[in-house]
Amino acid sequence: MKAKQINKIMYSAALLLMGALITYLFNWNETVLNTLLIVATLVAGYPTFIKAWKASLMKLFSIELLVTIAVIGALIIGEYVESAAVTFLFLFGAFLEGRSLEKSRSSLKSLMEMAPLEANVLRDGIRSVIKAEDVVKNDLVIIQTGEKIPIDGRIISGRGSVNESTITGESVPVSKDENDQVFSGSILEGGYLEVIAEKVGEDTTFSKIIELVEEAQEGKAKTQRFLEKFAAIYTPGIMALSLLVWIVTQDVHLALTFLVIACPGALVISAPVSIVAGIGNGARNGILIKGGEVMENLSKLNAVVFDKTGTLTQGRPAVTTIKSFGISENKLLTMAAEAELISEHHLGKAIVKEAERNGLELVNKPTDVNVLKGRGIKVNLNGDSLYLGNRKGLFENNIDIDAKVNSYAVKQEESGNTAVFVANRNSVLGIISIADKVRSKAANTIHELKSAGIKHTVMLTGDNEHTANIVGKKIGIQKVFANLLPEDKVNKVKACMGKGIKLAMVGDGVNDAPAIATADVGIAMGVAGTDVAMETADVVLMADNLDKLVYMLKLSKATVRNMKQNMFLAIGTVALLLTGVLTKNVNLASGMLIHELSVLAVILNAIRLVQYKPNTIWERLVLRTQQGMRLISRSISVNSSSFVNKRRA
Amino acid sequence: MKTIKFQLETLTCPSCIAKIEGALNKEHGVEEAKVLFNSSKVKVKYDSEEVSSDQLEKLIEKVGFPVLSS
Repeated sequence: MKAKQINKIMYSAALLLMGALITYLFNWNETVLNTLLIVATLVAGYPTFIKAWKASLMKLFSIELLVTIAVIGALIIGEYVESAAVTFLFLFGAFLEGRSLEKSRSSLKSLMEMAPLEANVLRDGIRSVIKAEDVVKNDLVIIQTGEKIPIDGRIISGRGSVNESTITGESVPVSKDENDQVFSGSILEGGYLEVIAEKVGEDTTFSKIIELVEEAQEGKAKTQRFLEKFAAIYTPGIMALSLLVWIVTQDVHLALTFLVIACPGALVISAPVSIVAGIGNGARNGILIKGGEVMENLSKLNAVVFDKTGTLTQGRPAVTTIKSFGISENKLLTMAAEAELISEHHLGKAIVKEAERNGLELVNKPTDVNVLKGRGIKVNLNGDSLYLGNRKGLFENNIDIDAKVNSYAVKQEESGNTAVFVANRNSVLGIISIADKVRSKAANTIHELKSAGIKHTVMLTGDNEHTANIVGKKIGIQKVFANLLPEDKVNKVKACMGKGIKLAMVGDGVNDAPAIATADVGIAMGVAGTDVAMETADVVLMADNLDKLVYMLKLSKATVRNMKQNMFLAIGTVALLLTGVLTKNVNLASGMLIHELSVLAVILNAIRLVQYKPNTIWERLVLRTQQGMRLISRSISVNSSSFVNKRRA
Repeated sequence: MKTIKFQLETLTCPSCIAKIEGALNKEHGVEEAKVLFNSSKVKVKYDSEEVSSDQLEKLIEKVGFPVLSS
């Protein structure tokens, strides 16, 4: 039976009930009244009876079956008002629940509605509009102002400003140029783009987000699992209890009422609605939280470990100064850039970029390229061996550093640079200093994390100690571990974990994937487009923005708080109702009404989370009040203790 | 082995999960059935030689849940 049909049935039942009410008020005819009530019962009960029947055909137990039995019981003993009210309320409750549940899930839905539908492609010189899902890899897609980008791809011509809020949650448009990456689901607010499709259909970042959130919403919180276990004992327990009630009181009606009212509707739904609303809120703001358990862990965090490069710093290191010994500076930079030409290392890339910026021509190709992990690289250039890297590598390759060179390097490092030594077979030819700017928001974020309950902050980096300490001090990080190889990071994370510590690791998700996987909660930041990072991390921050970290933390706390309120409400209502039933203060119809209302209250409470924003006026007010109360209670205790002291004196 | 997703009307009672999953898992050729309660979808892994997607759809409707799309 479709929802629309059920709604029609519900409206007709409502009309019948109104008719019955009028008959009753005007004291017409009891037979008419009862007939109306019985017809209303049958009409409103029809969908419920059908569902109960279908389920029992499949040998499945259902709440509908319970209601059906209760209604039949009520009809037999002539309680027509009750039977009509119960069937109607059951239907109406489901209707309201559906409506409001949809609202609590609206975040994901509104995200899904942002999915692109059409694409403008150029194939063999012919432009045509096709369905977005029919675009294939390597198609040339044309996007004009106001259009939605239908695929993930690279711009080959044109430029424009793109609103990527569906992906990153940031509504400020980003300007995009040739060779920049664009994402499906984002909107070109101004400009013109020709894009080569790289990921289409279900492989796009946008589709991955939807898929991830859908799965995440099913990921159960510990509280939820506890509730389910509880429900598994609860349901048969209640059945046994109602049987007992029947045996003791010999009252079938009371036993049935007890059975129906005790159904754990609000209880079962209380935890998941909050989690779903919370996850949805996050997804809309570019924060993907993978399930209820992660949400709970987030809310309990008290330590955060950061990877420095790309997380606390911008991750775009640039050459600051070049110092050469015995050769020209340009010659040194040329050689270094030639050696690093194909390097994937961010320091190497910075060197190549600097050479290009200075218009240096890179002619010689390096041979025998040897990457020394955590040290640098060694190549053969023009028949001579060339090493670029840190002290560790110099030492291992038996290259001498004289005192003057070393003191220069230390000075550079002390002012926050990474010193890259360039050396031939036996001596250092020069030092290229590279620095990576600290993000403007880093210090503020650390401060806010601390006020949100994060007691320990740690920074890990492969950089030298000087640089690391300078950055750490600048932004207020408590502990700094420097000179780490990638595998050391995992060990450091392990060392930081322990009793009473809930630790999150924040990184870019690619270089530090193992450390992210080790932590209690792994957080990958700024990873739109990198699938691996999206898969390994527990929390994915799509935007490259530290603010989201604070938002995430506050959202998780609000969600868990909401979940607890709901559980309290649900358990409280059931307990009250059952007492009411046993003391005969609550009958089936009114009990059903209160029960449905409690389910609604639980859902409505969760809907608040959909609109949640950290630090609303209300929250600040609560915080102030709490602080005020603490001050008052402290002053009272101080006063009373001084009073006691005086008395003693 | 094929995977298919059915979109249902908004699911309201968590007890539907057990109902739908129970019915599907009893069917021959169904490897795994999972109800995504919060997005009102059913994800079914099945062997297309033993059972067709139409049959699965009919089965879900028979337990009482109209399928909107697959």
